[in-house]
Amino acid sequence: MLELKGITQIFGGVTALDDVSFSIHANQVTGVIGPNGAGKTTLFNIVTGIYQQTSGQVIFEGKDISGIPVERLAAKGMVRTFQNIELFGQMTVLENVMVGLHSRSKSGLFACSFKAPWAIKEERRIREEAHEWLRFVGIEQLAEVQAANLPFGKGRMLEIARAMACRPRMILMDEPAAGLNSQETVGLAELIRKIRDLGVTVVLVEHDMELVMDICDRIVVLNLGRKLAEGTPREIQDNHEVIAAYLGDDE
Amino acid sequence: MNVLVFVGIHTLLAVALNLLLGYAGQISLGHAAFFGLGAYGSAILSTTYEWNPWLAMLVVALAVGGFAFAIGFPILKLKGHYLAMATLGMGIIVYIVFNEWIDMTEGPSGFSGIPNLELGPLVFDSDLKNYYLVWTFVLGCVLLSVNLANSRIGRAFRAIHDAEVAARVMGANARLLKVRVFALSALICAIAGSLYAHVMTFIAPPSFGFNISVELLTMVVIGGLGSIYGSFLGALLLTMLPEFLRFMHDYDIVFYGGLLMLMTIFMPGGLVRGIPDLFRKIAGLRNKKGDAHA
Amino acid sequence: MELGNQVLQYLLSGLSTGAIYALIGIGFSIIYNATGIINFAQGEFVMLGGMLTLFLMETLKLPLWAAIPLAVLLATLVGLVFERLAIRPLSKASPISLVIITIGGSILIRGLSMLIWDKDTHALPPFSGDEPIMIAGATVLPQHFWILGITVVLIGLNKWFFSHTISGKAMRACSYNPRAAGLVGIDVRRMVLLSFVISAAMGSLAGIIVAPLTMTSYDVGVMLGLKGFCAAIIGGMSSGIPTVIGGLILGVLESLGAGLISSGYKDAIAFVILLLILFIRPQGLFGKPESERV
Repeated sequence: MLELKGITQIFGGVTALDDVSFSIHANQVTGVIGPNGAGKTTLFNIVTGIYQQTSGQVIFEGKDISGIPVERLAAKGMVRTFQNIELFGQMTVLENVMVGLHSRSKSGLFACSFKAPWAIKEERRIREEAHEWLRFVGIEQLAEVQAANLPFGKGRMLEIARAMACRPRMILMDEPAAGLNSQETVGLAELIRKIRDLGVTVVLVEHDMELVMDICDRIVVLNLGRKLAEGTPREIQDNHEVIAAYLGDDE
Repeated sequence: MNVLVFVGIHTLLAVALNLLLGYAGQISLGHAAFFGLGAYGSAILSTTYEWNPWLAMLVVALAVGGFAFAIGFPILKLKGHYLAMATLGMGIIVYIVFNEWIDMTEGPSGFSGIPNLELGPLVFDSDLKNYYLVWTFVLGCVLLSVNLANSRIGRAFRAIHDAEVAARVMGANARLLKVRVFALSALICAIAGSLYAHVMTFIAPPSFGFNISVELLTMVVIGGLGSIYGSFLGALLLTMLPEFLRFMHDYDIVFYGGLLMLMTIFMPGGLVRGIPDLFRKIAGLRNKKGDAHA
Repeated sequence: MELGNQVLQYLLSGLSTGAIYALIGIGFSIIYNATGIINFAQGEFVMLGGMLTLFLMETLKLPLWAAIPLAVLLATLVGLVFERLAIRPLSKASPISLVIITIGGSILIRGLSMLIWDKDTHALPPFSGDEPIMIAGATVLPQHFWILGITVVLIGLNKWFFSHTISGKAMRACSYNPRAAGLVGIDVRRMVLLSFVISAAMGSLAGIIVAPLTMTSYDVGVMLGLKGFCAAIIGGMSSGIPTVIGGLILGVLESLGAGLISSGYKDAIAFVILLLILFIRPQGLFGKPESERV
């Protein structure tokens, strides 16, 4: 579904990524792991259109998406979440998810100002569906809370709900377990499984090994800007090079 | 009564600028240009070419909106100061054209003989009638702004302000939205200009210069960025005050400057936020005093 | 050969106005590089130079050579006060607030000048008489030589200051990275103040040397300031040679345009150039494009 071919990224004098290639298969949960500084976030930013790679191609559903601006990727079926949860703090929880539906709605400036009947209908649909997604991640009761006041764990759930509202075919999550306690992480794992069962392909960048080994169907390991290994969780756990790269990091 | 007509026109302009400033977070120092384009456009079409004034108003509004949309793309690529300067430059160029293109605009001596607006047997030729005319438009505009704020588009804007990258990931095309709001803002100013032309029946370039752009900015800043009621308040204040300060006519420019500076330093949220905050502070002080005694 | 003479004439007078724009532009750049702010009030320092000199000569009956340094001193003081009262309290404010406050400051200074003096235009006596000199068929006034000469001296001083004095190097450090500069012991706030002082001094001197040619009045700062800004933009906001070139290009183009095409639209030329540069190459003719970091 997503193919990375020879992705190289050079910032000034630093080679952050060196000829990284691998494929993400549809309807699976794929984890991208690696020690700090391996280039995971850089790779993420390249795939999601925030950086432009120095060379190489990003092919999504058969088409090269390098250079496509960020705002058009949602319509193409790709969405991401952020490590530091970029919520719209001044808006309510429900409104945050409603923004997620932006790419799937059409009322323009004039239709909205003049309250055209189709704009009103669309607004109602947006509101209803936003509620559904809040139910999906389990925070519907917080709909009217201001997003900035949410505890971190719930904020993470909100971000996922907002991303899912785009009805993406692929969702990329940047360290979704960061800042969550063990109970919340279990909830996250269940949620990710639910998302996969909906037919959405999930790609995770993650440090929490328990979570990764638990829910990922496939794992790609990066180290120092290069792809180190690729395979099932079992294969990765037995891979000596991976273990050496982590040097005693927990499994 | 005449003053209230002007308050109305200024409110229209302030609300338009507020849409841009408050929602799109973009500053414009050339908005008087759109006001002037609307005024001269309507004046020329309805007087020199004897068009139906209402048709002229519509056509001019759409034309000015279209013009703003076109230059919006390059202008809104810029940020902060550069954006301000670009709008300033645009405003001055338009002003110079008003002054120099004498064949069309009659230049510095002004354009007179503009017909009043008519609606069937009703001719808008008195202060009272113009008052209703202008304020109907103001109300309409305010309603549109409120609708917009509570809609998908208004949400998209608030999202862009809050966390722009995340908003873009959700598909909100920040640049296109900003350009659209710029165009809408210009369109409203053009309508205000047309109304102004028909109400005054005489227009001249000084009413559309840089000073006016600054006055509008002051109104919006004083009232409070992003607040529609604030724009009304700002417009009200800055239109009425000169009337009461007639004898201080020459002082008004000092007044605006000082006001702008004071407001920015002490009340950046404008009166709309500043006055409730002030009350809160006073109430807080009273509570403290109460505790001390208890 | 008539046209050739004319073109040479326009060229020469364009070079001298260009020199003024260059000086003003450098003033903008110095403040921008030290603080990131575009000082909309820069033009007013230019105005103050001329007006204060006039005031000192006519009211206090000082001779020219005493009035000039004193005027520069006073204008510099105004710059200092402006920085202290308006800029420093807003060190953490949003770009919009900063833009608004410098606009407010510029209006305030202009308004106070209008009240203290008057609205008329005045002429400053030329420094060494007004006998025209013929050069290759073009008429040049002695004042033009003063302008070019003083400009060269000021630019030389500027260069020397920034490359060979500790303060100058400290200011450059601040412009590259204020935080790092602060960490190595540079008092960033002092540098900000210094930048305003230098800009005000240069600006006021520029205003003085051009006043004998173009008259001075309370509102001469607006246009001069904007055109100086244009020069700075062409030069990519550098406080050195690129801005000088920018100013000269602007002056010459404006002069040629006014002479060969139309003098009414003369002012528009500068702003059209400004817009073109901002749209097409905002980093100026000599700057490097800014890369966006996420």
